[in-house]
Amino acid sequence: MSCGPCWTPSTQQSRKRVSEPERGTDPAWRPMLASGVRIIHDRVRDADLLLMPEQVIVLNASAAAILRRCTGDDSLDSMISALSDEFAGDSLPEDVSQFLAMAAMEGWVS
Amino acid sequence: MPGAPAPFALLAELTHRCPLHCLYCSNPLELRRRDEELTTGDWVRVFGEAADLGVVQTHLSGGEPLLRRDLEEITGAANGYGIYTQLVTSGVGLTRQRLAALRARGLDAVQLSIQATDARTATTIAGVGAVSAKARAAAEVVVGGVALTINVVLHRLNIDQLDAIIDLALEWRADRLELANVQFYSWALANRSLLLASTDQINRAHERFLQRRRDLGDRLKMTWVRPDYHDELAKACMNGWGRTSLTVAPDGRTLPCPVASGIDTLRFDSVRDHPLAWIWQESPAFAAYRGTDWMPEPCRSCDRREIDFGGCRCQAFALTGDASRTDPVCLLSEDHHLVTAAVSAAGRECPQGTPEPREGIAGASYRGWPGSDHP
Repeated sequence: MSCGPCWTPSTQQSRKRVSEPERGTDPAWRPMLASGVRIIHDRVRDADLLLMPEQVIVLNASAAAILRRCTGDDSLDSMISALSDEFAGDSLPEDVSQFLAMAAMEGWVS
Repeated sequence: MPGAPAPFALLAELTHRCPLHCLYCSNPLELRRRDEELTTGDWVRVFGEAADLGVVQTHLSGGEPLLRRDLEEITGAANGYGIYTQLVTSGVGLTRQRLAALRARGLDAVQLSIQATDARTATTIAGVGAVSAKARAAAEVVVGGVALTINVVLHRLNIDQLDAIIDLALEWRADRLELANVQFYSWALANRSLLLASTDQINRAHERFLQRRRDLGDRLKMTWVRPDYHDELAKACMNGWGRTSLTVAPDGRTLPCPVASGIDTLRFDSVRDHPLAWIWQESPAFAAYRGTDWMPEPCRSCDRREIDFGGCRCQAFALTGDASRTDPVCLLSEDHHLVTAAVSAAGRECPQGTPEPREGIAGASYRGWPGSDHP
């Protein structure tokens, strides 16, 4: 079957944005990449990419660092403490929560 | 041309053969025969070259890709080059054994098409119903642990079933549902008067989509591909010509867009004759509408020229005979009346209910049937 140009994956730069916070602020949530979503390092572009059925997302360094930890093993709280060792900034807990809430809304993590 | 960006995605049309005969198929009116298809070795080489060029995702499509007995080998090759693989299928022939074999070769995801939720409407649209075959295929994909997207091309004959379609996707436990309003090229353009929904139908369906998406939250990821005839702005077709994606047709001809072969003023080169990198970076057809230099007014001085890239070249060609004109969908196009006239005619002529199955639709063109080379 073929449905024409609608199959085109959109490519976009990952970005933080404010969104519905409830999920991203539950400290016990153990985020994991959604079914069919994987993260790779692309040798041609020297960039981290998030791949999924209809999209390719070019990740910036912090988005990649967060999403690589979304294995379902770690709670949001423990992810934040691990990321705090890697990245500086007082707003880090809030930034990570907001990013993951957005990622859940986009269907990247569950 | 050193200015060409690296492509992200490759649509691999492995065959034009298909058990379905959809009224809206985007395959060209002149379908390629089995003896014209690329070999297994050709596809393995294409994916190697594609990965070197920057391709990270492929849609293994057709026609019905399951009709290729070497699909497993092709999938394994793409996966081996680090490319994300999605099978785009009607579901006919997707047995447990076939899925397991594909999964073992690294298949990442399956996109399953449905035409309607009931066999009668599906038969009207595709010449065959196949609803129960699709239900079985969906169950195998879910049980097999592979990500499942259901894709529905929406048009006048099925758009009023939107709620039932969403319910079916939930019942079949799909991860994603792509609601793609039909785009008018190839077979869909030939059947446009039958398929073009009225503005009322579109508005009702879109409201239901928004409501259901709010209600369902992250239970089902739903996307809506806009019906461009009902918009006043052109779509950013293919994210720009020769910018992020390419299509390799069954016979090896390589296209900036799946329906570009309809543009008969361009010559599309084949992977049988040239390396993929040359075709992408240097071939005249890919260079023709890349970037913004080719644009006429009103695109050339428009603020949206880097947003919609002048819209769709194939649509400009199909409606005006000149692929370099502004997409007639755009309000600013001199040819916009061609689109508005079709939309208002759809509003006047919208029939009640569904036409009789295939034999009953006067003047409908079913792809590949009758008198074609399908198996």
